[in-house]
Amino acid sequence: MIKVSPRHADNTIYAKTIDAGDYWMHVVEQGQTLRILDLEGNQAADTLFYNAHDVVERYSAIDTIREQRNVYLTAGSDLISNHGNVLLEIIADTCGRHDTLGGACATESNTVRYALEKKCMHACRDSWLLAVAEYPEFDMNKRDITHNINFFMNVPVTEEGGLTFEDGISDAGKYVELTAKMDVIALVSNCPQLNNPCNAYNPTPIEVLIWDQ
Amino acid sequence: MAEIFPDKAIMYEDEIPGGAHWSMLMRKGTTLHLIDKVGGVNVGMLFYNPTDKLERYNAPDTLKCQHTFKLTKGHCLYSDMGRIFCSIIDDSVGWHDTVGGNLTDANMKKKWAVKTYQEQRNDWTISGEHGFLVELAKHGLNQRDMSANLNWFSRMFADDEGNLNFDSANSKAGDYVDLRFEMDTLVLFHTCPHPLNSATDYPKKTLIYQVRKAAPVADDDFCMNSRPENQRGFQNNAIYHLQGGQ
Repeated sequence: MIKVSPRHADNTIYAKTIDAGDYWMHVVEQGQTLRILDLEGNQAADTLFYNAHDVVERYSAIDTIREQRNVYLTAGSDLISNHGNVLLEIIADTCGRHDTLGGACATESNTVRYALEKKCMHACRDSWLLAVAEYPEFDMNKRDITHNINFFMNVPVTEEGGLTFEDGISDAGKYVELTAKMDVIALVSNCPQLNNPCNAYNPTPIEVLIWDQ
Repeated sequence: MAEIFPDKAIMYEDEIPGGAHWSMLMRKGTTLHLIDKVGGVNVGMLFYNPTDKLERYNAPDTLKCQHTFKLTKGHCLYSDMGRIFCSIIDDSVGWHDTVGGNLTDANMKKKWAVKTYQEQRNDWTISGEHGFLVELAKHGLNQRDMSANLNWFSRMFADDEGNLNFDSANSKAGDYVDLRFEMDTLVLFHTCPHPLNSATDYPKKTLIYQVRKAAPVADDDFCMNSRPENQRGFQNNAIYHLQGGQ
């Protein structure tokens, strides 16, 4: 569902551009609104969320899908934790559909999907593993890297049980906005994938913006 | 009743009642044959590498590597390290779920009348969540290690808009699925209902499972050749085994 935001970039409390291949790990406080902006189009923002006060509670793709009885995320979707609580709500979305089935790229899954020789190409999971190593204060490790959201990715499910990877429906300037329902840690990998035609083999920067309300 | 026949085709056979949980080691080169005894069973399942439990079943990688939402004969079940825990070498059902997740304790209590152990002894109602937590703890794991699980014999399908429906008649008495293990695997499982099961009472359905020796994987193996991705997954396993991995 397309829903435009009333917020303006001139009164944010925080804004940062994340290059492709980089990660962003940041606490978004309860009541604050996070926008993830696709600056150049068809980029994938692989995203995980955690309860900032107890990282054992984290975004759960399967609980979110099941509780809303729908496989896609868009405006109105509640992002549900493994404890059944709402972490954030998607309150605006100019893209219309986001994936949470396909997971993130990893060097190992790249060997299966593309070629064994591609194992040393940079991947989202490497960015996350570096993030949890560089932020020891959150006391996280590989066990906490779970099944993520792929903002701006289009992965349709067919009635016959197929899973297809379609060209993105995002474009330069499209965004998704989420209001935090509790203090959350956001962990974003701006996907470095060079093997997937979905981003025209050209990963590009995204921007994250935060408003106090 | 558990029966042990080390020299026969079926080396071991056992039953697990509905609403129960267990865990066990499956060796490379053996098969786990799951049979729905009375129809309508759901088997929640998770896999870990017993020698490095950080390596575990990864549902998103399994689905995206094979461009599928359902699981059936020919599909391989991947770890997060690009290796194959097991292949589905036979299946009379046609569709198994790995997206619907697990019956949480809170959802079970919202949905069904709770039968306590005090009143009902082992006919009590437990959730898939508690079943997995107990089995995880047996192996030094906890809820941080509980990832998206398999739901054998269950089907959840999506329409064009992505809306989900649960098929309450997916599996009949005698239906089966056969898993061939391609590496040593710690298997955690329970027979608690699928979280979208809308039966009036908590359904208790018995699972029969059999362990057999697998035939060697031939060059023309159906699972290995079902997609080029699976050929590469088998190559990853081969590298792991030649370096001493079991």
